[in-house]
Amino acid sequence: MNQSEKNLYLFGGLALILVLVFAFMGAPFSIRLLAEAACYAILALGLTIQWGYAGLFNAGIMGFVALGGYMSVLLGFPINDDFWATDLPGQLGGVLLKAALVVAVVVGLTQLKRFGAPKKLGAWLGIVVGLLGYLWIKVSLDPVASAIESEAGFIGGLGLPVWLGWLVGGALAGAVAYFIGHICLGLRSDYLAIATLGIAEIIKAFLKNADWLTRGTLTVSPIPWPVPGPADIGFIGARAAYLSLTAVIIAALFFLLHRAYNAPWGRTMRSIRDNELSSSAMGKDVNGRRLEVFIFGSVLMGIGGAALITFNGIFDPSGFLPLNHTFLIWVMVILGGPGNNLGTLFGAVFVYVVWTMSEPVALLLLDVVRNLGDAWFGWQAPSDLDSRALQARVFVIGLIISMVLRYAPKGLIPEQVKHHT
Amino acid sequence: MALLETHDIYAGYGGMNILNGVKMSIEQDEIGVIVGPNGAGKSTTLKAIFGLLNISEGSITLRGDDITNNAPDALVRKGMAFVPQEHNVFVSLSVEENLEMGAFTRKDDYSYMLERVYSFFPDLKDKRRQPAGELSGGQRQMVAMGRALMVEPSLLLLDEPTAGLSPLYMNEIFERVIAVNESGVGVLMVEQNAKQALRIAHKGFVLAAGQNRYTDTGANLLADPEVAKSFLGG
Amino acid sequence: MNELIFFINFVLISGAVIGSIYAIGAIGVTLIFGILRFAHFAHADMMTMGTFIVLILTALFPAVGPAIGLPTAFVMMPVAMAATAVIAIGLDKAFYKPLRDNNVKPVVMVMASVGVTLMLQGLIRFFAGTGTQSLYIDDRKSIFSFNLSDASESIVVTEPQILLFLFTIFAVVALHIFLNRTRLGKAMRAMSDNPDLARVSGINTNTVVGVTWVIAGALACAAGTLLSLDVTLKPDLSFMILLPIFAAAIVGGVGHPYGALVGGFVVGFAETLAVFNWAILLRPLETAFGWDLPADLSFVPTEYKITIPFFILVAILVWRPTGILKGKVL
Repeated sequence: MNQSEKNLYLFGGLALILVLVFAFMGAPFSIRLLAEAACYAILALGLTIQWGYAGLFNAGIMGFVALGGYMSVLLGFPINDDFWATDLPGQLGGVLLKAALVVAVVVGLTQLKRFGAPKKLGAWLGIVVGLLGYLWIKVSLDPVASAIESEAGFIGGLGLPVWLGWLVGGALAGAVAYFIGHICLGLRSDYLAIATLGIAEIIKAFLKNADWLTRGTLTVSPIPWPVPGPADIGFIGARAAYLSLTAVIIAALFFLLHRAYNAPWGRTMRSIRDNELSSSAMGKDVNGRRLEVFIFGSVLMGIGGAALITFNGIFDPSGFLPLNHTFLIWVMVILGGPGNNLGTLFGAVFVYVVWTMSEPVALLLLDVVRNLGDAWFGWQAPSDLDSRALQARVFVIGLIISMVLRYAPKGLIPEQVKHHT
Repeated sequence: MALLETHDIYAGYGGMNILNGVKMSIEQDEIGVIVGPNGAGKSTTLKAIFGLLNISEGSITLRGDDITNNAPDALVRKGMAFVPQEHNVFVSLSVEENLEMGAFTRKDDYSYMLERVYSFFPDLKDKRRQPAGELSGGQRQMVAMGRALMVEPSLLLLDEPTAGLSPLYMNEIFERVIAVNESGVGVLMVEQNAKQALRIAHKGFVLAAGQNRYTDTGANLLADPEVAKSFLGG
Repeated sequence: MNELIFFINFVLISGAVIGSIYAIGAIGVTLIFGILRFAHFAHADMMTMGTFIVLILTALFPAVGPAIGLPTAFVMMPVAMAATAVIAIGLDKAFYKPLRDNNVKPVVMVMASVGVTLMLQGLIRFFAGTGTQSLYIDDRKSIFSFNLSDASESIVVTEPQILLFLFTIFAVVALHIFLNRTRLGKAMRAMSDNPDLARVSGINTNTVVGVTWVIAGALACAAGTLLSLDVTLKPDLSFMILLPIFAAAIVGGVGHPYGALVGGFVVGFAETLAVFNWAILLRPLETAFGWDLPADLSFVPTEYKITIPFFILVAILVWRPTGILKGKVL
């Protein structure tokens, strides 16, 4: 069986599963499922660029998702008059000015060496002033933040179209990726994994605890949609419109990535991934190319995350989990086929459908076990059995990662390597 | 019976053969030297003998026993030792610890071997507590050879032991090789410094394109005008 | 005087406690990095798993501790360490060795360890739930307080903290002797230094890998248990404790056990210094100079503690990626 026949069977099987889901769960549920899968597909495409094209390990997709999600809130959520009507915006602006001042002074100090000062002196002064300045800003921000929380709840949004938030979210994700990539890409590949894991946890901790900015655990909803919402045209119509929008984004990405993959840029990328030494010996700027790819992938993750959170309609920082927002995407990419856009799309939809359907199925199975256990052995199941059953899915995700790496390292739809003779 | 024999071995990397039928034979009391141009497969031959490279055809025997494609640690236990060309000492370990690592497969008391290695390489005795990474190139080569001798091998494989050394050290290393050989260890080595090496060789093997071009005693090869013209730079 | 005691309790003792935990964890991570050459993401969940073995043993034999006069969980720890070591070897055989034999890139090994960590996480939380548990079942935590003459507050050290310090010293000394005096220990250093040459020398690399997992697994179990004895057992600690441990290993120099020790304390003290409310120490000066200090003058609130190891990590990667003790040697 050659690969295109295999693809036919794989996509045929996927279509069959989708038909079954439609038949049993109804159209509103199924379209929701597909729309979410499409958002995940954007995330997965971002990862397939990083991992599949360039071999970069990003263990912090969750952070980029959270950034994209928050930017949708900040730009798209309606204006909070309780905040803007007071003098709090002015105070907050004052804090921001102080922050800008500190940054300027620190940057200035690090440039002291240009004026003949010893290099070490500038660096140490920069650190000391940076720490003191940081404390100053923190001490000024604390009362403003608690005033905002008590008087206005949080700063609210800017009332702009939410798709603008998606773009800004992508841009911000790219900026964070630049920061991380700039530090880690010249070093061992493991360090990038550790650093991205760290930044994701930090972004989550920040969004969760900065109540004045994000309402923290109180959550923000509803985030406006870029397409007419369910209130205007009903569940099916609105979700279908959203699905169409994400499908258009995916199609555009497919086109772009296909062009880039086969362009000299894509060839350089792959040559770096497959043989870093010889590529750098040929004069390729290995780290520069990698940085580009890392930023590009992260931008997609920011946009995909924004689309996902916007679709859910609720911004809940505690809802960002490494499992759902990082490792699930890993499974999609490595199972589907890293470096192969079609495989990644297949992986995203397939894994997401299985993932979502496994929840009711697992609970159903557990229910059967509980009833049987009770009827036959008088077994009293622990009360938190349901939440524990969901942990079994964590195990399955881990097992799939291990099995795929061992038995199908190229995924179900492997990257098509063209041999130029 | 010959100590080591290779019977027309074929080996290479990733399906491409580099060795296309290498034929050699070394006796217990001999020094064998492999010379030849770059890319002839000299180092590859040593690696193939020492099980670091898969042999696709042909066989290798050690005193008549088939050892084709044996793993390195099995070969060490059968009395072979190998000194790679580069990165051949543990830089963060002391000289003595390097030697002890050479004796890893030994379960008996090997302290007498430490003394014997120090008698071969007196320089090392003073530096026994120093990290091997702090030694000069020639001293490192001695540590590497000493490490290999710790198992009391019957056959010592040396991959370009004089690469990158000054002529002074080169002669010293060759002298040690002779001394080691006279203590009863068969030696097979690859050398770039072909003329000097053939001078101490009982047997010489001139390789080109993964095959024996000439096989004779060292002295005969040095005397052969054709060998001299094509391989020894006139 | 009370201010100083606050400082001792919340910075010196807390820092030494968490620093020891990070150090014990980081030693395992750094050994695996040195020998197997990948960042072992499953280390934190290996700690949790080991602690659960201790919890089960403690629940089974709650009377053992009081009979000896030590916490039962601490008495059970060596048994659990052995069990964790065996499981670590099993995990290696099942999930890492096949990949190693295929000569995959190190980053694929990292990914495999993520797979293992998720499996462990799933299993632990499936069987034990996600709630916090106490390792003190039948016994009580002893607390020692020392009063200084002219202070109303007292310096407080708990029994598990003392056990932790003693264990840390014991583990480091034992590891030092093992690495420098024994054949296998030297072989471990040799393999970390130059794996190809180790193989050529006839060193049995499988044995060395096995020993590495034994040490790393046993220490992971000890770190998790001692941490849980000091506070409580939180099954969902995973990535939150992984980051400071990685930071400690990298700060100290990857592959360098003494570096991991130093790195552990650097990260531990940095964390406690950063969350310490400096206003407490400065308060006497406040009255003397008539300053108006804010009530909270800590660098980061406790919720953001995770940022500290991250920024230490970033700083070391920018300025000295090889770590304090020049990494990549055992």
